Amino acid sequence: MIYWDLFMAFFIPGIVGYGGGPASIPLIQNEVVTRYGWLTLEEFGDALALGNALPGPIATKMAGYVGYLMGGPLGATVALFATVAPSLIAMIVLLRILYRFKDSPRVKTMTQMIRPTIGILLAIIAVQFFVSAWHAIGVFQFVILTAASWLFLEKWKAHPAWVIVGALIYGMVIL
Amino acid sequence: MRTLIDIFLAFFRVGMLGYGGGPSSIPLVHQEVVKKYRWMNDDEFGDTLALGNALPGPIATKMAGYIGYRVKGITGGIVGVLALTLPTIVLMIALLTWFMAYKDSPVIQGMTNAVRPVVGVMLASLAYDFFKKSWKGQAVSVKRNSVIIGLISLIVIVFLGWHPAFVIGGILLFALLKKNESNSQKQAAGGKERKRDENA
Repeated sequence: MIYWDLFMAFFIPGIVGYGGGPASIPLIQNEVVTRYGWLTLEEFGDALALGNALPGPIATKMAGYVGYLMGGPLGATVALFATVAPSLIAMIVLLRILYRFKDSPRVKTMTQMIRPTIGILLAIIAVQFFVSAWHAIGVFQFVILTAASWLFLEKWKAHPAWVIVGALIYGMVIL
Repeated sequence: MRTLIDIFLAFFRVGMLGYGGGPSSIPLVHQEVVKKYRWMNDDEFGDTLALGNALPGPIATKMAGYIGYRVKGITGGIVGVLALTLPTIVLMIALLTWFMAYKDSPVIQGMTNAVRPVVGVMLASLAYDFFKKSWKGQAVSVKRNSVIIGLISLIVIVFLGWHPAFVIGGILLFALLKKNESNSQKQAAGGKERKRDENA
């Protein structure tokens, strides 16, 4: 039963993969290539490269593509559902409980105490992006792009969409 | 209906502009949800992001699904997830046949690379917002706690390589269980000593 297999193949990376979609890529590869043999390692690598070149979350693109390949539109739906639904439902239930006690001092303390951790987590991802950009395009371009992004986003308050489109065009023409 | 269209547009934009997987689109979600549509304030967004990071699975779809659900019930959640994921899945399936030939092309590489510093700046400024909130206008004891929590998070996540879920879960539990200020200081000291022991 291909739909059941598709569900299991994407359900497991969805509930075991911590740290967002990119972190679950090796787990998806394990299911799709090693366990079920739906794609070869090369095919998986190609799909991943294309997925990375396109915008949007990566785990759901892989689920949708592999699901479609193996089981058509229904297969894609099953794989997407398995990737997204379990952790989303857990999140909705937990946050509902949290907001029921929203005005209690404890929940307020919780919100207060979690802020520095969130700050650190965001800073870590920011540093990862800076480091990978530095390696990919060199110091010179990196400094130009970072300075320009900062000026547009923070100083002149441009909408992020325009800055991203601008960077894409810059990358297309200059890099 | 208007709200559903707004949910769709918000997460459609996030999906189409978020390069580099879900985590890179978090500042875009913040832009739509907090700044543009005001469905949440910064604190609620922070709580959602914290819990989302503590749970497994892709982060962007958890945010889209939960925020959609909060704004407009189950339909809203479904619309949020589909707006975020469907366009790029369709694009991926449609383009795969001919796009493969260009995956190593310098143009595609250049586009992907040029967008990274932009995302970095957006994430850094969001991080700065959270630090500022936990500092500006707060009582001295809260400021001190913020610094301690920030340092512990940094050490445990970056240098010890622990999963953020442990830190977030630990802080949430600690805040829930703490009785009063003096009690909490004792517990915090105990927690630090335990960590030191583990390091030694």
